[in-house]
Amino acid sequence: MGAGHHHQLHLPGDSVVHRLPPQCKLLAVLAFAVVVVATPRERFWAFAVYAVLLAGVAVVARVPAAHIVRRMAIELPFVLFAFLIPVIGLGERTDVLGLSLSVPGLWAAWNILAKATLGVVASILLASTTEPRVILIGAQRLRLPSLLVQIAMFMLRYLDVIVDEMRRMRVARESRGFEARDFRQMPVLARSAGALFIRSYERGERVHLAMLSRGYTGQMPMIHDISASVGQWGTALALPVLALAVWALPW
Amino acid sequence: MGPTVVNSLEIRQLAYAYPDGTQALFGVDLTITRGERVALLGPNGAGKTTLVMHLNGILTAGHGTVAVAGTPVAKDTLKEIRQRVGLVFQDPDDQLFMPTVRDDVAFGPANAGLRGEELDRVVKDALEQVGMLEFADRPPHHLSFGQRRRVAVATVLAMKPEILVLDEPSSNLDPAARRELAEILRSLDVTVLMVTHDLPYALELCERSLILSGGVISADGRTPELLADDELLASHRLELPYGFTIPQSDHA
Repeated sequence: MGAGHHHQLHLPGDSVVHRLPPQCKLLAVLAFAVVVVATPRERFWAFAVYAVLLAGVAVVARVPAAHIVRRMAIELPFVLFAFLIPVIGLGERTDVLGLSLSVPGLWAAWNILAKATLGVVASILLASTTEPRVILIGAQRLRLPSLLVQIAMFMLRYLDVIVDEMRRMRVARESRGFEARDFRQMPVLARSAGALFIRSYERGERVHLAMLSRGYTGQMPMIHDISASVGQWGTALALPVLALAVWALPW
Repeated sequence: MGPTVVNSLEIRQLAYAYPDGTQALFGVDLTITRGERVALLGPNGAGKTTLVMHLNGILTAGHGTVAVAGTPVAKDTLKEIRQRVGLVFQDPDDQLFMPTVRDDVAFGPANAGLRGEELDRVVKDALEQVGMLEFADRPPHHLSFGQRRRVAVATVLAMKPEILVLDEPSSNLDPAARRELAEILRSLDVTVLMVTHDLPYALELCERSLILSGGVISADGRTPELLADDELLASHRLELPYGFTIPQSDHA
């Protein structure tokens, strides 16, 4: 499908994971995340097993490790925050490499790092193997509030249109000698943002008219009825079920 | 529908004022019979868009009636009317709101309840009619402007409309895309109402033209005759492009 080259998260492919219906994958990732979050932070090796499970999915889906690592950049702000906690944390302290760190802070940092990383990697795997619009079809199938799904769908469709409009406004500003050097130029940029908002709002009204003209009644018609077989549900849910088994092991 | 001539569109004494009091239409009368291709000409601000909005009930008549294939446009007939009137908007980005071309063309018929193979077939037919079948799985924003306009036409063709209403179909098209669209429109077996101020395009495609000016239909006749009347055109802020003369064969 043609959408691939623009949405850099998605890696077109034809693996078992790629072929699974989107609703199965969505639910599997959600359930996996819940199990990960519910795991006590002291069970170090449970987290190790979760990571191995995800690595397994990546191998089956033929998603290269480099792709995942590059996409994990989105987690960086949280990582920075996690590194700060032991430094500013209260309570009992311990010395690590000459630095006095808070013990509860260290635990909290580990907790955030481990769980966030597993969640992010699981989401990257979902996004790498499923086209954005197909994820939304899955959300529609799972009976997520239709208004939210529609908003996400329109965002996906009109992002490029709006970015393009923004670029044209920038070109128009610059061709009349405008340069954004410091804070004093903020009012101009703010007015541009306002104009962009109004243009987008008006476009929204026109799109709504176009939808009404073709019989829209408030509900998106279910055009692709992607139904999932029991086997497909089984394959997708293997990930959270294995994770749950690890979680339930006696310690 | 029997031997009687069916009028695709019949408008009687249509008047409309916007909520702020601006009167846009002052009593429009027009009839378009099935199979005709008619151009609605008029300067900017003549009320063309307002008139178009009445054709599928987005605006409702302040006074007078609009009927499509004999069915009056009213609250309880809206669903049926919107299937019969295919509105193609000026900016294809407003018309193509679904993630792929295929989904967009399917939107109308799916709202009408079509599913599965039947839906697929309707979508395929409509895309074939505008020569865009090979682009079915592309997202609309990866197409050229001319291609997007053709897909926009397909989105309403898929609804098997009684009448196709095009708002400025030739705007923003390069000469080749403009000609390609003309060829497609000429190949369709459907009633067409084309709203435009591109007079050569009207001459090329439409046998008959109407001039909407000041909220009323002020001229109705054969396109070559209307366009040859410089005085008439000038009095409605219309003019032929520089160097353009009406080919003699059209006068006959």
